Amino acid sequence: MNFDFSDEQKQMRDEARKFLAEKCPPKAVREVLDGKAPYDKALWKGLAEMGFLGVAIPEAFGGAGAGHLELCVIAEEMGRANAPVPFSSTVYLAAEALLLAGSDAQKQKWLPKIASGEAIGTLALFESKGNPSPKAIKLQASGGTLSGVKKPVPDGAIADFAVVAARTGSTGRDSDISLFLVDLKAGGIEAKSLTNVDPTRGQAELTFKNAKAEPLGAAGDGWSILTRVLDRAAVLLAFEQVGGSDRALEMGRDYALDRIAFGRPIGSFQAVKHILADMYVSATLARSNCYYGAWALSTNASELPEAAAAARISATQAFQHCSKNNIQVHGGMGFTWEFDCHMYYRRANATALTLGSLSYWEDQLIDRMRKKNAA
Amino acid sequence: MNFDDTPQEAAFRAEAKAWISANAPKQYEEELRKSSLGRTALTGANILEVAKAWQKKKADAGWACLHWPKEYGGRGASPIERVIWQQEEGPFGKLSGMFIIGHGMCGPTMMAFAGEEQKRKYLPPLASGEKVWCQLFSEPAGGSDVAGLRTRAEKKGGDWIINGQKIWTSGAHYSDYGILLTRTDPTVPKHKGLTMFFLDMKSPGVEVRPIKQASGQSDFNEVYFTDVVIPDSQRLGAVNDGWNVSLTTLMNERMSIGAGVSTGFPELFDFCNSLMLDDGPAIEDRSVRSKLANYAVKASGLRYTSMRAISALSKGERPGPENSIGKLVAGSMVQEVAMYALDLQGAAGVLSGPEDAEVAGKFQAMLLRAPGTRVEGGTDEIMRNIIAERVLGLPGDIRVDKDVPFNKIPTKGRA
Repeated sequence: MNFDFSDEQKQMRDEARKFLAEKCPPKAVREVLDGKAPYDKALWKGLAEMGFLGVAIPEAFGGAGAGHLELCVIAEEMGRANAPVPFSSTVYLAAEALLLAGSDAQKQKWLPKIASGEAIGTLALFESKGNPSPKAIKLQASGGTLSGVKKPVPDGAIADFAVVAARTGSTGRDSDISLFLVDLKAGGIEAKSLTNVDPTRGQAELTFKNAKAEPLGAAGDGWSILTRVLDRAAVLLAFEQVGGSDRALEMGRDYALDRIAFGRPIGSFQAVKHILADMYVSATLARSNCYYGAWALSTNASELPEAAAAARISATQAFQHCSKNNIQVHGGMGFTWEFDCHMYYRRANATALTLGSLSYWEDQLIDRMRKKNAA
Repeated sequence: MNFDDTPQEAAFRAEAKAWISANAPKQYEEELRKSSLGRTALTGANILEVAKAWQKKKADAGWACLHWPKEYGGRGASPIERVIWQQEEGPFGKLSGMFIIGHGMCGPTMMAFAGEEQKRKYLPPLASGEKVWCQLFSEPAGGSDVAGLRTRAEKKGGDWIINGQKIWTSGAHYSDYGILLTRTDPTVPKHKGLTMFFLDMKSPGVEVRPIKQASGQSDFNEVYFTDVVIPDSQRLGAVNDGWNVSLTTLMNERMSIGAGVSTGFPELFDFCNSLMLDDGPAIEDRSVRSKLANYAVKASGLRYTSMRAISALSKGERPGPENSIGKLVAGSMVQEVAMYALDLQGAAGVLSGPEDAEVAGKFQAMLLRAPGTRVEGGTDEIMRNIIAERVLGLPGDIRVDKDVPFNKIPTKGRA
């Protein structure tokens, strides 16, 4: 047993951290936050050049062919830097769906473009309020075209292509759902940007009107593929959440060391210390759950569904906990636009919902634990 | 990132498994499996005798205190091998409870500070469970503030004369030896006047009185010392350097208690899997599932945190203050879990008799024992201070007694 990343993987994490510290300081995040750009294009290009976008994409499809453990350490750094780029939509959702279900031609068409930063991808799953469920999918597929509305779609307004979940049957079973690959620039699609709690990551409404689409994976397999994509994305996004948790904790710690009140650093008061200690605890539990998820993801272990749900829940809780209490430690200044605390608070609460909310993953975890128990 | 055994680890596992299967006291397996915090006794058998017999058997075959050097009664095994052993020992590991203090704290302290001859004499019978050890630190006036202890040790010729009182001493009533922290110089600030010893608990002048806990049980004791004589050869570390010696013990305490504290989650999950509520199985109820999921990720988070610590240990890194997290999280969780399990039982949750209560009153017993887990071995608040100061690097609290001679520190609050 060795329950840790290798020295090479840690070195890659340090490299990513250094790169992002330089190319993605809070000032750059604020450009997107303030609406001056839909995402950080220069950073996106830089990430491609560093090989980070295609780190888990095989060399045959233009990637670095390193693997998912390497992708996990990069995800952590993306979360720590609060990077305002469509990394999770493109890499965790679109690329993972292609890797799992794409034909050789589909992989050949899109994966090299993802790795090189030329194409932004996303997953169009949700249509209204609620959590992932085959029943909630109304968008219709017929004769190679799609019609209907998807929202919210992460990074939908800047994406070049989307994996779209559509209804192809009406039996009431999971097999009513199929996946399609849609070139969003090909016509028949209207994209509208939507205001959301985290402006550094866009959300959109996509309206499909007889939009051309090609099947991704076998007809009727859509829901089972999606479930696997969501599990894989859950682990990767959990690493972003852990990176964000750690950064929020550091910000709170640093402020508590520097800020003087009542004649002493506020970090010497137990009331403040204990807030920070509890943040450390939740971030640590999340990190450990994530490591298990990383192991399951990288080895395609049968434990992945349970491990992914646990990582997702734990990391969501930790990021929400750390980001809100970072503001609390900062006091009034933490509630200003000028301080960076709210950027992490926004990101924490947006990522808590983006693959389905906590209650959905709680439900999934218990289902999966029961299955294992019964087996 | 790898969970598979290496060929060497697999061979070790197979050997351990085979030996346990051939030698473990199987007649108690079911009962041990069902035991939980607050309920660890065996029906129809004295658990202390069963535990001692199992420990001796393990020692004779080289399976006791695996990580200790062979010459002191251990096996010289790696940290990972120790984990493999624990996995394979399963419910029989619960029989090690009475040895945790001796093996986890007293042993390592002796190993670090006793003379070679003493180590060879005292450690093997400690490993084999033939001699049980306790730790005499806490006092009525020094719990979280251990360095505020008042038990005096005064030099008289080649001996030390001990007078004072300890409290919360686990297992003192069945212990053969103890390590004892005393005050040897009250005229210097509190941390600078302490000295550590080990002693025979049967020495004249040692009196052990069990404490009846709020739970009704008696796991702990008060220990009184009246002119107890300890030879200077049983001093551990230098005179007045006892605080540094105790830090070794306390860090080991956090390691061993943290690893052993139950979260109550497996019990709760099993309970919810079989419990029927008015409108169906509890496990299908939305609010039950949400609670369970929250407890599940805490329990798994702790499990994987300790696996990360073991991986670090096996690479030669020292266990650090971050290990305080295990006890901090599990200690309060087990209490919440017990309360929730009772809540699910509705009004009948109040009944605690094994014949009336669900799962023989397991969660009622857990509830009543749980407050202690948040205090023993360092309170939740001390654990948070340790994390804040020693992991996160926050400043210590202002210590008004830090540079004051011990005998000038006020001893009363409101006059």
